[in-house]
Amino acid sequence: MKSLPTSSDAPLRDLTHLGRPKSVSARTWRERLIVGTLAVAATFSILVTTTIVIVLARETIGFFEFPDVSLVEFFTGLEWNPLLGAEKHFGIWPLISGTLLVTVIAASFALPVGLISAIYLSEYASPRVRATLKPALEILAGIPTVVYGFFALTVITPLLQKANPFLETFGSADAPIAFGNYNAMAAGLATGIMILPIVCSLSEDALRAVPRSLRDGAFALGGTRFDVSVKVVLPAALSGIVAAFLLAVSRAVGETMIVALAAGGIAQITANPTAEVQTMTAYMVQIFLGDAPATGVEYKSSYAVAATLFVMTFILTMIGQWVLRRFREEYD
Amino acid sequence: MAKSRSIASRVLKDRTFLWACLIATNVAIVVLAVLLMSIFWQGWDTLSWKFVTSFASRKPSEAGILAPLMGSVWVCTICGLVALPLGVGTAIYLEEFAKRTWFTKIVQTNIMNLAGVPSIVYGILGLTAFARMFGVFGTNVDDAITLGNEEGFFFLRLPFGSSVLAGGLTLMLVILPVVIISTQEALRAVPSSLRSGALALGATPWQTVWGITLPAAIPGIMTGAILSMSRAIGESAPLLVLGGLLLVFNTPTNLMSDFAILPLQIYNWAGRPQDEFHAIAASAIIIQLCVLLLFNGIAVFIRQKLQKPLQ
Repeated sequence: MKSLPTSSDAPLRDLTHLGRPKSVSARTWRERLIVGTLAVAATFSILVTTTIVIVLARETIGFFEFPDVSLVEFFTGLEWNPLLGAEKHFGIWPLISGTLLVTVIAASFALPVGLISAIYLSEYASPRVRATLKPALEILAGIPTVVYGFFALTVITPLLQKANPFLETFGSADAPIAFGNYNAMAAGLATGIMILPIVCSLSEDALRAVPRSLRDGAFALGGTRFDVSVKVVLPAALSGIVAAFLLAVSRAVGETMIVALAAGGIAQITANPTAEVQTMTAYMVQIFLGDAPATGVEYKSSYAVAATLFVMTFILTMIGQWVLRRFREEYD
Repeated sequence: MAKSRSIASRVLKDRTFLWACLIATNVAIVVLAVLLMSIFWQGWDTLSWKFVTSFASRKPSEAGILAPLMGSVWVCTICGLVALPLGVGTAIYLEEFAKRTWFTKIVQTNIMNLAGVPSIVYGILGLTAFARMFGVFGTNVDDAITLGNEEGFFFLRLPFGSSVLAGGLTLMLVILPVVIISTQEALRAVPSSLRSGALALGATPWQTVWGITLPAAIPGIMTGAILSMSRAIGESAPLLVLGGLLLVFNTPTNLMSDFAILPLQIYNWAGRPQDEFHAIAASAIIIQLCVLLLFNGIAVFIRQKLQKPLQ
């Protein structure tokens, strides 16, 4: 750096439009200032995480200090009814169960469909087909989640209800099986549609990153296109695909507007997709929209729920990162 | 030949799988078509110029989206003005300057984690950090410190409360990881030979970034920026936590104004039982989708026209 040319060096004049020629030391100081500012910007993301953790931890501790709340009940209790009933129960499992039901429905739709579409796009489709399919997926990815919620409520649920006369033959009088106006199935399917583009485009990236030589080798050994894509390319891209799945699942777990609109508001433990369920996010919406006083136990409970949600998605992301690092196949 | 691996059976498997592929891929197309058609079907009749230019109303036939539309514009502008410099700056630092130390590794992992945090959790952070400012300035709205005239543009209040500024900053938290990650990818795509060339000619590291790397990466950065802004326009959960469903009868005039946003207005109308409200919700969705299509269109245009191959 010491030997940097000064402004009098004629051939280097072309670069000087980047800034007036300055003495080396002035320039060094400017550089340091700029890099320092950029470093401060980079630290901001750390600040965000720390603040999230501190805020959630502080309010959650505040929640557990209430006399009618206990840590044991929160993690083992099977009843969640902070807003109704004489006796309040704060057991998180009904909310987790609701979240899991919606997520399982979403994943069992989006993961297979997304993965097969990704294989098709990466291994089978001609460039022309790709050029029409990719924009469609990008549009799906850009649609706001509240629109999917509206779609679940006004299109998917009425369609599902067409199956009710058939379903009712299975239920008994006191436990009927029929899709109500709010149900886990519609919310789950809409969430599945929402995460489909994520699964598809990230899996496709992973598949396309597999080097051509592997495919050529497999074809040369007499493999069909199915053999090549499913038995050679797919295993080679597995770490990326698993990471894509985990990211999509954590999106489904954290999804708010769809479940707030279409899944209903009854916190219950059930595996019945026709039932109304409340997810963790939907409970938080209910609290922040309601008129629960900001110092009350109901209000504080939403922070404990948020902390649980944060920990769950954090673990999913960490597993995803670990899979990517640990099981990545390097071909270079 | 007796084994099940005969050529015929393998070719059959190949064919079957191709059909599965075609079905799966068409699911996405069909869903998109059904979604768009059902929304146009429900919302086309109630869509009019008057709908765009009138304020909220308890009667669905008179209700409009002017306040939420302008609210969305204000919030997203603030969000973009803060998130883009901050995100691009972070990405430049991580890609071009930072050495691979434990600190940068932590920052990198942290950004991936932030990208996975549910948006409603950012809402809680925004509520505590921006709207209430951790209670540093008291918890009562009347005790807030104010600066300037409430009617004018230059008006500041501490804590921010459920204002446009707090909303924009909260959305900034949501899209910041997306901006950082897409900018990093755009910078990584710039061949290192360009940087080496500039450095060899005597440019300082910053001159290299400003004069060579950034101009080369700008199409990618802009595409990422536009896509993250289109995410910000559609995001509603964090702002629901921040301010609830406000019925607002005027457009924002300064940074401390109350606001409504388009997706939350849609949520509000969609959550009501009457079909009339569902119809105007669908009309509002049409407007929202038009804005999004415009943004996506610009992004595609930039990607097609401005991106020159650098190799």
